[in-house]
Amino acid sequence: MLNIQNLTSGYGESRVLNGLDLTVPKGQIVAIMGRNGMGKTTLMKSLMGIVQATDGTVAVDGTPVGGMKSHARVANGLAYVPQGRQIFSAMTVEENVETGLTVTGRKTVPANIYDLFPVLVDMKHRRGGNLSGGQQQQLAIARAMASDPKVLLLDEPTEGIQPSIIREMARTLRRIRDEHGLTIVVSEQVLSFALDVADRVLVLEKGALVHDSPRAGIDEAHVSKFLSV
Amino acid sequence: MFSGYSLPELGAIFAMQGFAGLILFSVFVLMALGLAIIFGQMGVINMAHGEFMILGAYVTYLVSQAFATYAPALFGAYFFVAMVLAFCASGLLGMFVEWAIIRHLYKRPLDTLLATWGLSLILQQSFRSLFGAREVGVTIPSWMMGSLPLTDLIEVPINGIFVMVLALGISAAVYVMMFKSGWGRQVRAVTQNRTMAGAVGIDTERTDRLTFGIGCGVAGIAGAAFTMIGSTGPTSGQAYIVDTFLVVVFGGAASLLGTIASAFSISQAQSILEFFLSGSMAKVITLLVVVGILMLRPQGLFSIKLRK
Repeated sequence: MLNIQNLTSGYGESRVLNGLDLTVPKGQIVAIMGRNGMGKTTLMKSLMGIVQATDGTVAVDGTPVGGMKSHARVANGLAYVPQGRQIFSAMTVEENVETGLTVTGRKTVPANIYDLFPVLVDMKHRRGGNLSGGQQQQLAIARAMASDPKVLLLDEPTEGIQPSIIREMARTLRRIRDEHGLTIVVSEQVLSFALDVADRVLVLEKGALVHDSPRAGIDEAHVSKFLSV
Repeated sequence: MFSGYSLPELGAIFAMQGFAGLILFSVFVLMALGLAIIFGQMGVINMAHGEFMILGAYVTYLVSQAFATYAPALFGAYFFVAMVLAFCASGLLGMFVEWAIIRHLYKRPLDTLLATWGLSLILQQSFRSLFGAREVGVTIPSWMMGSLPLTDLIEVPINGIFVMVLALGISAAVYVMMFKSGWGRQVRAVTQNRTMAGAVGIDTERTDRLTFGIGCGVAGIAGAAFTMIGSTGPTSGQAYIVDTFLVVVFGGAASLLGTIASAFSISQAQSILEFFLSGSMAKVITLLVVVGILMLRPQGLFSIKLRK
């Protein structure tokens, strides 16, 4: 479903991703682990076209999306929940979700999106900026889901969120995958969340994938060694 | 300053100056609406906004000339055709300017000030070369002439009422577009976070161009209305640009309602003070009060409360 080959990216002279290869089949949840500065966010931004990749190809469901503008990538099935959530804070919750509809041409938000996040229904007419961190995170996921994606990218979704909501989020992401057949790529620093949510755990170190194993039978001690400073 | 007037006279003066203020208010609102879209939403300081207005005024002048020559029977209706053409002309020029200049400067907001100031000089000279340095005026259709006598002392001009109705109509239309339509939602998303708007699937470049075009188009309509109350020259726009920025900043940059409220208070204060004091003293007092209020409330009259 998501096919990345030799992805190379960076800022100016500094190279952050060095020829990264990754294939994610349909319906798989992949967690990409790594310490700060190892390239997780750059990978996400390069996939979305926010940072332009200098080399390599990205394909979603067989369609190459490299070189496209962000909105065209969304139209081809990528959806993005950025680090820090970045919801539109002066717009209401409902309007925030509706911004995701742009590429689908729909006028109303499908009911099953609000089913996933019942807390948003009560807050429909509140401004996004006045929600708590956990609610904003759910809003950001709902907004991404509104564009009817094939691949959902989440960049450190657990940052600054209380443990009970983190566990709920893991359940929700698995439910989204089961109900919509979505492919999910989530970057993470918290190993417990990654083990909770993912089918497959990767480790990103200095812009390359250095570890790749399925959830079942994972060597936790080995992975956490990569994460300790 | 009130001595020498009897009480009913004072009442009539306040009413008529108040009404003159309402006409000024209408032009302010039409000018400021375009600017509120461009400056308030996009953060672009468009110094050429006055020239976009004057373009609309010249288009109105050309249309009125064409009607007088080719279709004198329909002369009474020329204004409506002129309004649409003024919107299109200013809007198209606006979209071209966005494509050629503004889109390269979104990350450097202060440079838009210089670039658009240069653009305003270019436009002024183009007007001078095309239409001559002398001011031109349109013939107001006969149904818009005259005034309605309300009492013995109070009379209100019909063209003034027309301009006011127009301003209210356009304000309502802009409000509906910004807050009830899909396009408005996209505009607000792009202005709040351009990168993220792209990443949820909004074509930010197209939205920016359309927004700038509509903001300039509304200025064109303001120009059409302007011909009803004043004559048009190459530099007439200059006289309004400062006042208009004042209105937008005073009202609170992102708030349409604030823009309208501040246009109302500034134009009323100006108009009533002008009658009793000289024009420049009226301006001094309005500016001082506005500066004073902005020192207490830097965010303007109306602003959205959000947690930071």
